[in-house]
Amino acid sequence: MTITAYFASLSLLKLFKNMPGGIAQGLIWGLMALGIYITFRILDVADLTVDGSFTTGGAVTVMLILAGCPAWLALLVAVVAGILAGLCTGFLHTRFGIPIILSGILTQFSLYSINLRIMGMAANKAVSVDKFSLILSSRNIPAAILTGILMSLALIVLFYWYFGTEQGSAMRATGNNPHMSSALGINISSMKVLGLGLSNGIVALAGGLMAQYQGFADINMGRGAIVIGLAAVIIGEVMGKGILGKRLNFLGTFAFTVIGGILYYLVVVVVLWLKLNSNDLKLFTAIIVALFLAVPHLKEQSQNSFKKLKKQGADINA
Amino acid sequence: MLKLENISKTFNKGTINEKKALCGLNLHLNPGDFVTVIGGNGAGKSTMLNAVAGVWPVDSGRIILDGKDITALPEHKRAKLIGRVFQDPMMGTAPNMQVEENLALALRRGNPRGLHWGVTAEEKEKYVQLLKPLGLGLEDRMSAKVGLLSGGQRQALTLLMASLQKPKLLLLDEHTAALDPATAAKVLELSDRIVSEGNLTAMMITHNMNDAIRHGNRLIMMNHGKIILDISGKEKENITKHELMDMFASLSGNQLENDQVLLSK
Repeated sequence: MTITAYFASLSLLKLFKNMPGGIAQGLIWGLMALGIYITFRILDVADLTVDGSFTTGGAVTVMLILAGCPAWLALLVAVVAGILAGLCTGFLHTRFGIPIILSGILTQFSLYSINLRIMGMAANKAVSVDKFSLILSSRNIPAAILTGILMSLALIVLFYWYFGTEQGSAMRATGNNPHMSSALGINISSMKVLGLGLSNGIVALAGGLMAQYQGFADINMGRGAIVIGLAAVIIGEVMGKGILGKRLNFLGTFAFTVIGGILYYLVVVVVLWLKLNSNDLKLFTAIIVALFLAVPHLKEQSQNSFKKLKKQGADINA
Repeated sequence: MLKLENISKTFNKGTINEKKALCGLNLHLNPGDFVTVIGGNGAGKSTMLNAVAGVWPVDSGRIILDGKDITALPEHKRAKLIGRVFQDPMMGTAPNMQVEENLALALRRGNPRGLHWGVTAEEKEKYVQLLKPLGLGLEDRMSAKVGLLSGGQRQALTLLMASLQKPKLLLLDEHTAALDPATAAKVLELSDRIVSEGNLTAMMITHNMNDAIRHGNRLIMMNHGKIILDISGKEKENITKHELMDMFASLSGNQLENDQVLLSK
């Protein structure tokens, strides 16, 4: 296929048609990214539980709905299941001294079996919007977007309130300076366990929403969730700082985290529209995240490096 | 106020790096005592303060503070009774949080932290009044991130934080060692004021003999995990640097060759 034929085969109309769906899914990923913000930015740890707890959220939601449970109640139970997964990681880390990364990997690994059991040993379970009343579905994208926006707003306000309270401040202090926090009477182990629980509860909520949106839960639906969440957090931060600069407060940071999720998914939509192989998507996402993570370091290096000094030395000596 | 009874602590027990840091240490502080602590490197000064603060459990002995046996309490549960300032200015404050947020965290030291607002408006007013006399201009930077402050400003803030909720015991672990001489003098002066105004019981580690003599009402010297000299009152007021160094030599049996630099700085 020649280049012109390739471009001729791309239809702008199709791209625009795919955008609303992208926004709806992006909102769900953005919601999940708020959960990841708690561990990655507030507690300053990388929690790998989320790849498992996202699926757990989806699996619990779908199975309960199939069993006749109202969708909102199914979501609530999914949140509790996610919290339990987070607590498990937290206890492995604080009670048994296992490094946080490994604790997360262990929980995530075990969740694969648990998720299969939840789904009755099936790799995926469908839940049809025709038979059940779901909170959102890809069949009605405008409603899904509205639901996503309302839930995101509620969560952003909840976050803003919580991290302004004594307990939320103590959690921020724990991530920022554990040494000081202990000296000020904060039980940093409890704070980490609590944060991991809350984070995974939100991730499971997002998983439950995603399963309803796409109409099924899949054992692999959470694979790479942590990377997507990080992408959303980082894209959101870069955007927030770029637009608001020093006026970026907590409320703005949380809002931009959700926006980061939307932007990430819109990029995915564009990539798929360009007819790139969807199997390459994970590679593509990893590259985006690596780039955004590397930018601050490279920026620092460009201003402050031995290589630069060497160059200057060569110029002077010449 | 504080009673240390026969405290021992050995690090890396049974390994090649075994270090007996405290060997049957005894100390009794009266209410209102301001004790300066001197001694060479590895004498056990910081170890003693960390034992009192509960950074790790001691091997044996009892720690009694304000009539309460705190030996078995973990660090965060003792925090209500103890205010601390560390050697590293980075250690005592949360850099990504605002000045007022740091103060608010300290005001709630040892209290349960629930879902009430983290910093109230009336608190902020109080902090402004407390920061003004420091003369560091911090009262105008209440919502600045602490990470933007200088080392001296951070130590002054940490001091204020440690005393915001009156502690039974204030522990100052070489808290001026990382500062330039002028700033160190300011922070020391502030320490004096906070201790005397609050009528606090305090322990201050220093490597500076002159500071050790000039501040506080009592001076102890440590060596090999024990207290080898404990003077107070007139005897402490009138002692000179040289007398102290001679005492160290005779009491410890060391000729002060290596430690001299550290002790006489």
